[in-house]
Amino acid sequence: MPSGTLQIRAISGHSGSVPGAGAHREEEVCKYVDVTTCIGCKACEVACVEWNDMPFGKTTFDNTYQTMPSTAWNYWNLIKFNEHPRDDGSLMWTMRKDQCMHCEDPGCLRACPAEGAIVQYANGIVDFNQENCIGCQYCVTGCPFDIPKFNSATKKVYKCTLCSDRVGQGLEPACVKACPTGCLKFGTKPDMLALAEKRAGQLREHSGFANAGVYDPASVNGTHVIYVLHDAKNPEMYGGLPASPRIPTTFTMWKSLAKPVGLLLALLAAPVAFFHYIAEGPKEPQPPSRGDQP
Amino acid sequence: MTTAVERFDDEARRRVAAHGRTIVHDGELLRHPVYTRLLHWAVAIFFLLAFLSGFALYTPWLYHALTPIFGGGPTTRLLHPWFSLGFVIAFALQILNWATPMLWTPADSRWLKRIKTYVSNEELLEPADVGFFNGGQKLYFWTIVASALVFVISGLPMWFPRTFGRGAVAISYVLHDVAALLMLVGFIVHIYESTAQQPGTFQAMTRGTVSKRWAWTHHPAWYRDATGRNPREDYERAAARESDRR
Repeated sequence: MPSGTLQIRAISGHSGSVPGAGAHREEEVCKYVDVTTCIGCKACEVACVEWNDMPFGKTTFDNTYQTMPSTAWNYWNLIKFNEHPRDDGSLMWTMRKDQCMHCEDPGCLRACPAEGAIVQYANGIVDFNQENCIGCQYCVTGCPFDIPKFNSATKKVYKCTLCSDRVGQGLEPACVKACPTGCLKFGTKPDMLALAEKRAGQLREHSGFANAGVYDPASVNGTHVIYVLHDAKNPEMYGGLPASPRIPTTFTMWKSLAKPVGLLLALLAAPVAFFHYIAEGPKEPQPPSRGDQP
Repeated sequence: MTTAVERFDDEARRRVAAHGRTIVHDGELLRHPVYTRLLHWAVAIFFLLAFLSGFALYTPWLYHALTPIFGGGPTTRLLHPWFSLGFVIAFALQILNWATPMLWTPADSRWLKRIKTYVSNEELLEPADVGFFNGGQKLYFWTIVASALVFVISGLPMWFPRTFGRGAVAISYVLHDVAALLMLVGFIVHIYESTAQQPGTFQAMTRGTVSKRWAWTHHPAWYRDATGRNPREDYERAAARESDRR
């Protein structure tokens, strides 16, 4: 998103007010994924691999419409295929685009101990800087969506960048650009949420999906990728989308509070020892020798 | 302990002793033979390396200060488990070497009950039942044994996160920290007690000897066993000589 600092404040020789004065630019971006209109064509998968210039790996055929079991360090975007039994015994096919959710409260960033390896931009994109990554994989543990993937050759972790390089230039992510059905859209968070709510309402009222809704989980303060689901009450049916994604307390309470406090308490032993010496002095061998050894 | 392990320990002690020596001057006693000293410093060096590289990743405040020592963040992360492995191996040998003298005895329980007077330096001489190691030293030793075990058990999932999975790593992360903090406190106390707090102690781990005065002051029961003499009488004789000299 272009920076607001180049917004015009005053114009020479111009009568009246400055055009656009006081206009507010919404900075937070969002990818909208309408699971109900995805046809599973995988154009987004190919576009992702191409734009990010990733070496193409082998796919796995397991008699489904899914390219491989899960995303990989060089495959950041995967259409998860699932067969969901309906009440009448027939099967419903679901295609959910699985990629980094760009959480507002990112568990990967909380878990990371390496300075600058993970950043969150003002527009909400969570990005990995591999040159600062130390390969500890704590982000893998911190992520509630199992997204960061380790490359054992480079000892670095990789994931979807929401095409931060494209978005920075005012373009949409590669996956959105490639989508032929319009089930992927990109814009500001409020716009995408409004669109998603509208679509979910349509599904409830006209398509018979009484539980249709928007997936924007509050347990991570919302995400910058949102889904429209036929059944928002049961996100698990879309290839294990967690109903309430949680960052382990290891990386919240423990890391941000108990760890530094614990270290300070432990280090207290040093001044205690020092002042013990000052107050009590050393324990000399007795009797204190004033001449030769005994 | 099985006899095979005992034989291994005896053999190691004998072989290392053949390659080194401890010079015991007049008025001194042999405290730690070559093998014990070698293990102690191997443990100490690996401990320091693992400790510094571990605390580099412990908190962002230390990351900046400590990772450059090891050539940056990635190498710090790469080396830490290997330093730790060195520590664990050296310390396992030290456990074998010290298992017998570190066994807890009723005298140690009595020592622990009077730890207050020990800390406040109230008594000049330790009670007659304090042996080769006192209760505090044994407590420190077994604390390190326990934290080393926790370190290994919690370290493996963090070393191989994909084998053990998210849940194991999340728990291990906390256990590893707790063990590190426990060891940090023990380490600070250990260094203080063995240097500034008790003059004449440090040479036990460098040259391997201590003065007889040191021995009857801090470990009278060991003095009695090592020399066959009464520590209290020897102390009083030395004290009388000191006052004559003045």
